[in-house]
Parts: sequence; C-alpha cells; structure tokens
Amino acid sequence: MHTDTHGNPTRATILWLLLIVATVLTWAVGERGSSGVLIVAFLAVLSIAKGSVIILDFMALRRAPLMWRVLTLGWMALVWALIGLAYWNGMPT
Amino acid sequence: MNTATTAALSVAPAITVERRLAGDLAIWIFILAELLAFGVFFAAYAFTRANHIELFDAEQVALHRDAGALNTVLLLTASYFVVRAVQAAERLASAASARWLLAAMVCGAGFVIVKLFEYSAAFEQGVSLSSSPFHMFYLSLTFFHFMHVILGMVILGAMWFGARAGRYRPGDMNGLETGAAYWHMVDLVWLILFPLVYVIH
Repeated sequence: MHTDTHGNPTRATILWLLLIVATVLTWAVGERGSSGVLIVAFLAVLSIAKGSVIILDFMALRRAPLMWRVLTLGWMALVWALIGLAYWNGMPT
Repeated sequence: MNTATTAALSVAPAITVERRLAGDLAIWIFILAELLAFGVFFAAYAFTRANHIELFDAEQVALHRDAGALNTVLLLTASYFVVRAVQAAERLASAASARWLLAAMVCGAGFVIVKLFEYSAAFEQGVSLSSSPFHMFYLSLTFFHFMHVILGMVILGAMWFGARAGRYRPGDMNGLETGAAYWHMVDLVWLILFPLVYVIH
C-alpha cells in the first residue's frame, strides 16, 4: 500500500500561501512599472520558485525518477534563460 | 531470522514510494510536448519583442494586469484544491475529495469569466490578431492557454464524477493523479505567461 506520495495538507496549505505571496510580489512589480535586467531577474526567480513548488510538490515529481525533475525544472530554466537573453538583446545600447 | 524478515519488509515499501511517477506515463509524455510548445511560443514572444520594444511596452501597459494577477491567484488556488482532493482520496475520503474538486472547478470557472471579461474589453479597444505584433502574441498565447483551461475543466468534471462514485483509493489513484497532473501543467505554464506578457517591459 502506498501512502504519502502527495504530502500532507498542512504543507500544501503553507506552500499555497507562499505561492499567493509570490503572485502579489509579481503584481506589485507591475504596479510600480519597474524595468531593467535586475527586475527581470527578480521576476524570473519568483516564477521559477513558484514553478518548482508546482513541479516538486503539487505534481509530486519529488517522488518520481530523477529524469522527470530534470526535464521539467530544466524546461523552466531554459525558457527563462531564453527570455533573459532576448531581454538583454533588446536593451538600448 | 524473524527480525531480519521484519526489517526487510519495513524497508521495501519505502523504496517503492521513493520512485513513483504520479499518473499515467502517457499524460507525462503529453505534458512534456505541451511544455515544449509553450516554451517555443514564449521564446518567440521574447525575441519578437526585442525587435519591437517601444510598441510592446506601449501596448502592454493597456492590458488588464489586475485581471491577469487575479487569474494567477485563481489558477494557483484551483491547483491547491486539486492537491487537497488527491490527498483526501489517499486517505479514503471520497466525499471530501469530490468537494475539493468542485471547489477547484469554481476557481477554474472564475478564471474563464475573468478572461472573457478581459477579452471583451480588449476587443472594444480594437485589439485583434492583426492590429499589432504584440496583440497577435497576446491573443494567441492567452487563447492557446485558455483552451487548455477549458479542457482542464472538462477533466476536473470527470474527476469529480469519479470521486463521487468512490472510484479513487490508495493503490487505485491513477485516474485522479493523471487529471491532476494535467491541471497543474496548465497552472505551471501560466506562471511564466503572466510575468512575461503582463509585467516584463
């Protein structure tokens, strides 16, 4: 019999609250209208942190074979690297 | 000898729990394909923006950022409710599992309503696929995602019926976990889409 693949409700609730806090932070950056490489890096870190919670805890890939974590977390890192590269390319010189 | 057998038995289940993919292998292959498609789309947006920075920045300001943020909260909350539904089924609480799934569907419906309001406001302002490169990306990216939310709602509905019928229990969770994985993927993609299209400039 398998149990606990999906963690416990208390942990899930704390993670959900953290996800909401991170979303409010992202929204606040938008409200301030800040821009620049550091802001993009900050938003990328928030997005990757939130995505990691979804991938590792909500999708339960923490308990899956390593390959699945590499593919999904690697996808997030690659997409944000490309977004960062494009942003850098578009900076006024 | 008895002690040795007991020790072996107590170790074995821990190992099987350690390495398990939650849900059908097929849905995970599908999820990887979806992530790849969205990834290409996101990169195309970012590199197109690099060539039209002033246009993208000017038109992004007109988006309903509050609606985008509210929809992020709704998707995250729906995902959390789905997690609670899976956890409830894992401890044999089918009725509670069904209630969590219903709550997730309410959040999903909220996303759809907010999105439709956002689209109708945009259309009134003359936003269309051909009105600018930014609008083309904004509409096609968010609509591609929107279609996934709609399919996700149908899947949540099927999971809700299954939970009500008491179909999911420890050792027989595949249907529930497969649908949950798809819903979380829809959420995951939005976590990049929102900052990329609504905030970064």
